[in-house]
Amino acid sequence: MADMINLKINNIPVSVPAGSTILDAARVAHIEIPTLCYLKDVACVGSCRMCLVEATGARGLVAACVYPVSEGMEVQTNTEKCRKSRKTSLELMLSKHKKECLACERAGNCELQRLSVEYNCDPNRFEQDTERHPLDLSAPYVVRDRDKCINCNRCVAACKKQAVGAIGPIGRGYAVHIGSAFEMSLMESVCVGCGQCIVACPVGALKERTTVDEVWAAIGDPSKKVVFFTAPSVRATLGEAFEQPVGTNVEGKMVAAIRRLGNVEVFNMDITADLTIMEEAAELLNRIQNGGVLPMFTSCCPAWVKFVEQKHPEMIPHLSTCKSPQEMFGGLLKTYYCEKHGIDPKDLYVVSVIPCTAKKYECKRPEMNGEVDAAITTRELARMIKTAGIKFNDLPEESFDDPFATCSGGGTIFGATGGVMEAALRVAAKTLDGDFEVIDFPEVRGTTPIKEATYNVAGKTIRVAVASGLSNAEEILKGIKDGTRNYDFVEIMACPGGCVNGGGQPTLPDSIRNSLDLKDLRAQALYSSDSNNELRRSSDSPVIETIYGEYFGAPNGEKAHKILHTHYKADPRV
Amino acid sequence: MKQCEGACACETLGTPEQEAQLKALIEESKSTPGCLMHILQEAQGIYGYLPMQVQKTIAEGLGISLSEVYGVATFYSQFSLTPKGKHPISVCLGTACYVKGSDKILEAVETQLGIKCGECTPDGLFSIDSCRCVGACGLAPVMMIGEEVYGKLTPDKVKGILDSYKEATK
Repeated sequence: MADMINLKINNIPVSVPAGSTILDAARVAHIEIPTLCYLKDVACVGSCRMCLVEATGARGLVAACVYPVSEGMEVQTNTEKCRKSRKTSLELMLSKHKKECLACERAGNCELQRLSVEYNCDPNRFEQDTERHPLDLSAPYVVRDRDKCINCNRCVAACKKQAVGAIGPIGRGYAVHIGSAFEMSLMESVCVGCGQCIVACPVGALKERTTVDEVWAAIGDPSKKVVFFTAPSVRATLGEAFEQPVGTNVEGKMVAAIRRLGNVEVFNMDITADLTIMEEAAELLNRIQNGGVLPMFTSCCPAWVKFVEQKHPEMIPHLSTCKSPQEMFGGLLKTYYCEKHGIDPKDLYVVSVIPCTAKKYECKRPEMNGEVDAAITTRELARMIKTAGIKFNDLPEESFDDPFATCSGGGTIFGATGGVMEAALRVAAKTLDGDFEVIDFPEVRGTTPIKEATYNVAGKTIRVAVASGLSNAEEILKGIKDGTRNYDFVEIMACPGGCVNGGGQPTLPDSIRNSLDLKDLRAQALYSSDSNNELRRSSDSPVIETIYGEYFGAPNGEKAHKILHTHYKADPRV
Repeated sequence: MKQCEGACACETLGTPEQEAQLKALIEESKSTPGCLMHILQEAQGIYGYLPMQVQKTIAEGLGISLSEVYGVATFYSQFSLTPKGKHPISVCLGTACYVKGSDKILEAVETQLGIKCGECTPDGLFSIDSCRCVGACGLAPVMMIGEEVYGKLTPDKVKGILDSYKEATK
């Protein structure tokens, strides 16, 4: 047990482990200290001056997020001096802020707005003519609005934590702003599109490049048949946009809501997660048995793929050639589904709902042939549901549409770190040894940054590793290159915790983000859905059997290779 | 992203000697914590400024992002992203010079050369910067060209001084 420190916060006695900050201690005392630049696990620099408090033994006000507690300390968080200082800091931030609050995407969910109301700020106290800058619209996934930025640097910390470092502070003093080196646009920079900067941003300076209007236009176009499919993790997070507790699985209501957007069909992307597993497991066994390039890396995460292409192009041969589940679904719909139902592929409008911003970029990659017409994030879907006046929480539970409704639990857990690995192991082990009955692989579950395991199946040793968060991926790549890490199969998801914590997921208030482990709670929703599913292995799904029987023949077969696999291109960048 | 006109090291690492010097510099400094400032300073000594390719090489050499290097390079006014002229001009805008009208001197230099403060003439002969006090307040307003100090300036004296440099290069 660590040494405990006793102190008082607003006269409330608390006892916290040595090394805690005043902010940590305040949480124990159930006192909220406002923060803007602080974000648990991401950023802690004490620069925004919102968390200033009075503490005995300190000269002047101190930043609670970085100031360590000491024995006998007495802290006051709500004095006239604290409130006045915070109010002035806010009003200074507001002086330059582009106050388009009426129609800002973050209106009602903006930390700056919330605090400005709470502190009764005069938004124009320091108003002056401020130079305005064009939006960075270079990337199909993220839009940057420099004039809404408050220089809190949370996006910079998130990007650095991803080992990408596409953005940083430029210049000094009043002129300082966040941008890419040499004022490059995001698309020219080393950005991989993961969108972790968006979910870190306390204001509306970063958002996805929305395609909601295109989707509405397609729904309203009588010549188009519109189909939606939803990624596994969306059901575990969409409820948050409708005030449901973090970790609520809203699959049934989500399907019902999409169906009420218009004349659309709603498919379950878990089926192409299953299909990915069939292809990926076959590719892995093929590589192992025929001396192919090992370790094989998963390729379902487009930010990870872009990261390899840009930063480690020499590792491209390690990437599985499997398309991601999104692109497999696009391919499947525009070929198999269209042929089966006599639809001209150009009349089919395919919308994927994804937890991710990089998938917006992925569907625009030329080799994907525009098979997915629009990719919208969980946040964009929530907005569409609200626009349509659908009372989400009052909806009945409905089921996905056939012919892709029956999926395995293996497909569902794709949305969490370790899920792809576990689903692949279920199928690969069974393929190698028909008597292999183990279904749960707890070693690869959970939010530990890097997980390793070794399995012995049919006399073969399979060494695996799972990492989420690109800095952890970087660590694994380093070990593979210098020979200190040896694996056969490696799963990487760019976002910490996997897709459940993706850059397209609902943006929650700091008060929730700083107290709950979102990635863990959201993942639990997927794992319980998996354990409640009678079909656990991707190969168990009757839909998979039908698809191969009617169309693809066998995994890794000729037709499968043409439609379900892809290739990569080195794009080295500094 | 445009930095300069004409022949420069924006897209290359300059001469083979410059490249070798830069790489040796990175190699010998990279294990020292906090070496970035030192490397940028020395690199500016090699190239006269900090072009993109040089910053990229430093980022790669130190295993940090280009945005981090660029952030430091733009934070400190001593670092320059644009090449300096053969005759770097530095107009003092410190308090004493400023009250003696050095802003008008800067304006005259800009007008005479047709470039702005922080820029370099297309022929590479002059570049203009401002500084805060050169320690010659008794001579205010002051500007420096290279190591030469010109004091008690008036805007109409600027042309003659610049012309003397142009003549000397002919």
